[in-house]
Amino acid sequence: MNEQAAHGTSCTGTGNRTVPPTPSQTVGPFYGHALPFPRGGALAPEGDLRALTLHGRVFDGAGQPVPDALLEFWQAAPDGSRTGAPGSLRRDPADGSVLGRDGVEFTGFGRVSTDADGHWAVRTLPPPQSAPYVAVCVFARGLLHHLYTRAYLAEPAADPLLDALPAHRRATLLAPAERPGVHRFDITLQGEPDRETVFLDFG
Amino acid sequence: MAAPPALSSQADIDAEIAAAVPGGGPHPDRGYAPYRSSALRHPHQRLAAVRDPEAVELSGPVFGATDVTALDHDLTRQHLGEPLGERITVTGRVTDRQGRPVRHQLVEIWQANAAGRYAHQRDDHPAPLDPNFTGVGRCLTDGEGRYSFTTIKPGAYPWRNHLNAWRPAHIHFSLFGTAFTQRLVTQMYFPGDPLFPYDPILHSVTDPAARRRLVADYVHALSQPEFSLGYRFDIVLDGPAATWTEPEEQR
Repeated sequence: MNEQAAHGTSCTGTGNRTVPPTPSQTVGPFYGHALPFPRGGALAPEGDLRALTLHGRVFDGAGQPVPDALLEFWQAAPDGSRTGAPGSLRRDPADGSVLGRDGVEFTGFGRVSTDADGHWAVRTLPPPQSAPYVAVCVFARGLLHHLYTRAYLAEPAADPLLDALPAHRRATLLAPAERPGVHRFDITLQGEPDRETVFLDFG
Repeated sequence: MAAPPALSSQADIDAEIAAAVPGGGPHPDRGYAPYRSSALRHPHQRLAAVRDPEAVELSGPVFGATDVTALDHDLTRQHLGEPLGERITVTGRVTDRQGRPVRHQLVEIWQANAAGRYAHQRDDHPAPLDPNFTGVGRCLTDGEGRYSFTTIKPGAYPWRNHLNAWRPAHIHFSLFGTAFTQRLVTQMYFPGDPLFPYDPILHSVTDPAARRRLVADYVHALSQPEFSLGYRFDIVLDGPAATWTEPEEQR
């Protein structure tokens, strides 16, 4: 299995999916008062000693930072569970404000905007060895259809996706530790093959 | 940074929209030139196909009763007073491509006010803000995948994609399915809007049938006497989930 065109194949491989989908449209520039929420990047329960920081910047095809991207994160829990848990947006019923996660459950989901310098950061728990990556979904003004990628916090011995990529492409998915507990993952929306992040097509 | 290029005319954009080859697929081509902001923000490399049944993306985040409040679905009741504008209710069902309802999952909307202004600091369109309207709503789908919002009809607004560019009135929608692969952010339009032919974002969906699926239906039976006009917008999420398998030969 090698890299494959995103378009052209997705329409023929519909299998038993018979109802035509609702098309995607860009998130636009003005989602900032709607989608991000307080402590959206605080996936790790407060005080959990396993917590690590994953951070980076988003760049466009001219190498400029993207200040209006929205990133979402989804991952397995450290014990391998993929069920997640409600409560990422836990609310105060008295005034409607966001309380943040309850400090016990690991919801597996996070959402943050890039700042004016294109930078973002989340604090999360390490994914399990069986799936040692954080799934990332990128939305932005100018992006008509979101993009998926993965930040691999540890390089697995074998992985169906990484093993199918040439070395210079594979490197764009690795989020090595800059220092203990702090992992770096830059996302480049457009560029030469050794620079542009590998984005994923799930069919 | 380089100086921004001179703005195209609407006629330039119309010609580019007309020249686009229809029928690529249900979703926009990310490099759709008439939408100028896409130029530097779409990948040049091919996407990598993932057909791994163990992919974490085949599962997805869940939300529950703690994540929404009872007022979130009514955008007209979030302030002391009533917002200005034409009160509407927007309702529909969220399903997957096999027609199965997406149950108890989060639906988020955001929109401009009746004058075409967002409650966002960077929106500098010289139209009035409405102190009684933020334009943000959330709800969970019910056991049959249904959602419902009460809001006001948003106004059209200008933008700077090209000279005299105006967006047709729309409500932004954000949806989750049972898998992260089914994530969708889209825009709902209102039937009969005269701005449709001029809008490169709507026309980034080059298949006319797919484009029509972005336009809500006015449904008189959903209008409420002395209260609101009713629209229906059903949403079908694309993408595989953990329970879905593709025949080997189609990979």
